[in-house]
Amino acid sequence: MMVRPVIEKVGIGAVQAIEEAGYQFSLFVESLYWLIVGPFLQQPVRLRIIVSEMMKIGVLAIPIVVLLSFSNGVILALQGIATLKDFDAESQVIPGIAYSVTREFGVLIAGIVVAGRSGSAIAARIGSMQMSQEVDALRVMGIEPVRFLVAPILVSMLIMMPILTLFADTAAMIGGGLYSGIVLSLSLTTVLDRSFDVLVLYDVLQGIYKSLVFGLLIALVACSNGFSVTGGAEGLGRATTRSVVMSIAMIVVADMVFTYFLTR
Amino acid sequence: MNTAEQHSPQEPIIEVDGLVAYYGSRKILDDVSFDVHGGEIMVIMGGSGSGKSTLLRHLLALNRAVSGSIRVFGRDMGDVSSRELHRLRQRMGVSFQNGALFNSLNVEDNVIFPLREHTLLDDNTMRIMARMKLEVVNMAGFEKLMPAQLSGGMSKRTALARAIVMDPNLLFFDEPSAGLDPVVSADLDELILRLRDAMDVSIVVVTHELDSAFRIADRILVLDKGKVLVIGSVDDVRNSDNERVQNLLNRRSEDVVVDPDEYMHRLTDELTGL
Repeated sequence: MMVRPVIEKVGIGAVQAIEEAGYQFSLFVESLYWLIVGPFLQQPVRLRIIVSEMMKIGVLAIPIVVLLSFSNGVILALQGIATLKDFDAESQVIPGIAYSVTREFGVLIAGIVVAGRSGSAIAARIGSMQMSQEVDALRVMGIEPVRFLVAPILVSMLIMMPILTLFADTAAMIGGGLYSGIVLSLSLTTVLDRSFDVLVLYDVLQGIYKSLVFGLLIALVACSNGFSVTGGAEGLGRATTRSVVMSIAMIVVADMVFTYFLTR
Repeated sequence: MNTAEQHSPQEPIIEVDGLVAYYGSRKILDDVSFDVHGGEIMVIMGGSGSGKSTLLRHLLALNRAVSGSIRVFGRDMGDVSSRELHRLRQRMGVSFQNGALFNSLNVEDNVIFPLREHTLLDDNTMRIMARMKLEVVNMAGFEKLMPAQLSGGMSKRTALARAIVMDPNLLFFDEPSAGLDPVVSADLDELILRLRDAMDVSIVVVTHELDSAFRIADRILVLDKGKVLVIGSVDDVRNSDNERVQNLLNRRSEDVVVDPDEYMHRLTDELTGL
């Protein structure tokens, strides 16, 4: 029977996916435990490690997030003006950019940049520590790897993703505004004024809510892939790639689901 | 006072009883029993695949036993709470095969690491303590080097300094001589003996190096295919009449008797159309 191996493969894949989701959830719960209970057990999540992770995950990603978001703003203006010209509604490109950037593109660009930069770096770092027995060394020293490695990453992601999203929103609106202003002969101040006239706080908050979910997903996917490394250098490479691909895929799917609910 | 500290010096530091461990469906350890007394050096010896690394992982509570028990400092490792395990581990030091130094920290910070996590000492005190331990393992002057800049022997000595920085009562060494030349290996053996005398610590060494084992051991446990072949003093092991022990000691390969039916079954297992 040719069907049986296929069904078996699907079944094994489904079980592995559920196991992995369960493991990621357990990492999340354990991180919360250490964040809340750790200080009372003289095992706090160290602030200096959180700050160092915030630097790596967030601050160092600002230039590339700003560059990509600025370009994205210009692209939106280019496409918007070209499309709206047919309806003599070029000036409507400004609110269009404001809405799409704050609700959607700002957070998506921040998420994809962080997934690409930090998703791979975190999986590679934890994976190489796992391979060289550094994770075992932590355990036998009485230091829980989740407290020491995962919790600081989770906190840093949850702080830095919204901040990066705000940077992305601002850069994209400036990019789109500059181009629209030049083409439509408006000053940048006028363009930004018109943008802020149509925006309400909820538009920006939509992006911020999503950024928190994206940060959580990237952190858990990257850490779980790092801890699961087996099979030497090839296994490490596989886990790193898998971390980035899975993070980006989960971000886009989560974005779709959230947008459905947030726009109803 | 915590329960671990109530341990009487007369009791064994480690008691292993009927330990069984599996890797998937393969049995790795089969009814392993032994104990380690205070102040002794117990060497766990065996060839590749004998189960000695798995046994070490169980002693360190990195793996859980399928059946049997492991008591360390009088506490059942399968039954301790995570808080108690955390406290017990502060009384142990481990020197891993390749050092397992944290690559992002220099030598000094690697040694300080357990102090930073478990004590409230000020930075200068921690640095002095770390330097004292680095002196003990002949690594003074190399404090600022990164792990990638160290030779194999230096990595192992740094790992040893980190293992003893909390003044443990129990030290584990995983293959201390592996990958080292005979002179460096002999130096490390001397260091292990000096440490035992200076710190009054029990030491468990996992190794496949015969010379090193005979040099440092008070007692030797020989593992083969997950079973204990012999356990006793160096002379007991040397004079053992067990053929497999003698094969191991004399570096003789074993003649494998081939069962033709089993051989055919192995070759054709899971093949279809035959």
